[in-house]
Amino acid sequence: MTISFRQRAWRLFVTYGFWIFTTIVTLLPIWWMFVVSMRSRVELFGRPNLSLSRFFVENYTNVLTDSTFQRYMTNSVVVSTSNALLVMVLALLATYALSRYKLTGRDNIFFWLITNRMAPPAAFLLPLYIMFTRTFRLGDWTLYDTQIGLILLYCVFNLPFAIWLLKGVIDGIPIELDDAAMIDGAGLWGVLRHVIVPLAAPGLAVTGILSWVFAWNEYLFAANLTSVQARTITTGLAEFVTVTGTNWGELAAMSMLTLIPSAIIVILAQRYIVMGLTFGAVKE
Amino acid sequence: MRNPRTGWLLLSPTLIILLLFGFAPFLYVLFVGFNQWNVFSADDGLVFNGLDNFRRLVFDDDFLHSVGLTARFAIFAIGSEVVLGFVLAQMLTRNFPGKSLFRIIHTLPLMVAPIAVGAIWRLLVIPGFGPVPFFLDRWFDLKYQIGSYPDQALWTSVIMDVWHWTPFVTLTMLAGLSAIPKEPVEQARVDGANRFQVFWYVTLPFLRPVLLTTVFIRIMDAIRTVDEVWMLAGGGPGTRFTGIYIWRVVFPRTDYGYGSSISLITLYLTIVLCWLLFIAISGRRKGEVE
Repeated sequence: MTISFRQRAWRLFVTYGFWIFTTIVTLLPIWWMFVVSMRSRVELFGRPNLSLSRFFVENYTNVLTDSTFQRYMTNSVVVSTSNALLVMVLALLATYALSRYKLTGRDNIFFWLITNRMAPPAAFLLPLYIMFTRTFRLGDWTLYDTQIGLILLYCVFNLPFAIWLLKGVIDGIPIELDDAAMIDGAGLWGVLRHVIVPLAAPGLAVTGILSWVFAWNEYLFAANLTSVQARTITTGLAEFVTVTGTNWGELAAMSMLTLIPSAIIVILAQRYIVMGLTFGAVKE
Repeated sequence: MRNPRTGWLLLSPTLIILLLFGFAPFLYVLFVGFNQWNVFSADDGLVFNGLDNFRRLVFDDDFLHSVGLTARFAIFAIGSEVVLGFVLAQMLTRNFPGKSLFRIIHTLPLMVAPIAVGAIWRLLVIPGFGPVPFFLDRWFDLKYQIGSYPDQALWTSVIMDVWHWTPFVTLTMLAGLSAIPKEPVEQARVDGANRFQVFWYVTLPFLRPVLLTTVFIRIMDAIRTVDEVWMLAGGGPGTRFTGIYIWRVVFPRTDYGYGSSISLITLYLTIVLCWLLFIAISGRRKGEVE
């Protein structure tokens, strides 16, 4: 089949037109946030101006030199990274169990796992608050306002998602490969390490990345189950709106700073994201 | 060779965490849902009142209104996301220079924290500050103010959700599309099927499981959306979705008993809806095996 030069040019024109339009729509809100973050309080009001007039970095320096912000940022990094690692390991083990062993009520367990993500957060905050402040305690130590508390709690919405994502991936790995490895003398860990992990790598990567992003972005639980020590960056963002009559410039600067780490991760891991997101639904 | 006991052992850490932090709070909510409990009322203890909360919510106009709004929000938002996501994924299956750059840019909104998404869109739409009301007024003479017009607030939240979540749908669809074997499509072309027929009879059936799974995840998350819409409109008219309504009942009004019963009903409705989709997904899979 040959396509004439004219047809090809037309097709390219349509493709680029479409993508440039999409890019503008996607970037416009982010661009506006960037513009706002580059303005002083006085410049913000009046006629909305979408162009960047000058580089006014005071908002950024104010935020970055604030020790509260630094603590929130550290907490966010620690919480989301540990949560993502924990979720990857636990989800791998759980999914392997659900995929390879004949467990009674397997489908029901699988669905029950997912329902954990459906709970409307507001009403569930109260029992969680009680658990965090009173139920789990050793002397004076409670789960409230600790990083470990958030790390464990975020599993409630990340694990179901991760298991679901991995289920298809691991189901897609032929069980004969496991058997072959076992005949060669590999134990359970051997099978996991040398068969499952290498073959499920894109799926695992995507699981980790999305868990990281979800944990990084979580707000409601972090806002209500921490107070000083373990506050995360999203909570800090919301504090700008309520406390001092919204300093929009700094709020925007902070939003930009929150976006940067997740954007970097996604750019680095683009390839895996597409390879791993199949939900295993399409098999050969 | 595969002892179920090992399986349970592998599953146990997951089960323990979810039982502790997911199921135990659920039991608590279930218990409180059958009680009257308002910390600021004259009698601030728990009083068992059977099904009174549930009787109340059936006649609660605010609650019913919030369910209707959530349904409209979810249907419009998810509907547009699926259509747009499919078109975008289809555009990404072709090769052209600069493709991965466009894809990365398109993925960016997915990475923005919901609370920041709310903040960004609020910056865009507040009167006297954001460019959207300004230019709408100037170019189209349209009065746009989400605080005063409920419909505008609803549409703004829908558009915001579409902006935020279409990339997710695009990525899953792209993964689904790239896993479709080439032969059936080519075969259909050879047999003289036109583009629409290829899409309808070959691509769509292959894509169905991915499509349903994506819709499932989006429904689940759309129903419990709170933070981004709250940040956008502060729970103003037109955005009082069920999640936000529960929030208002539980926190400012501290009506824990009633709030819990609403949560239970919402959770129940979500589970039923998702169960139906789940059957649709896994039923299809069983069909393939046989």
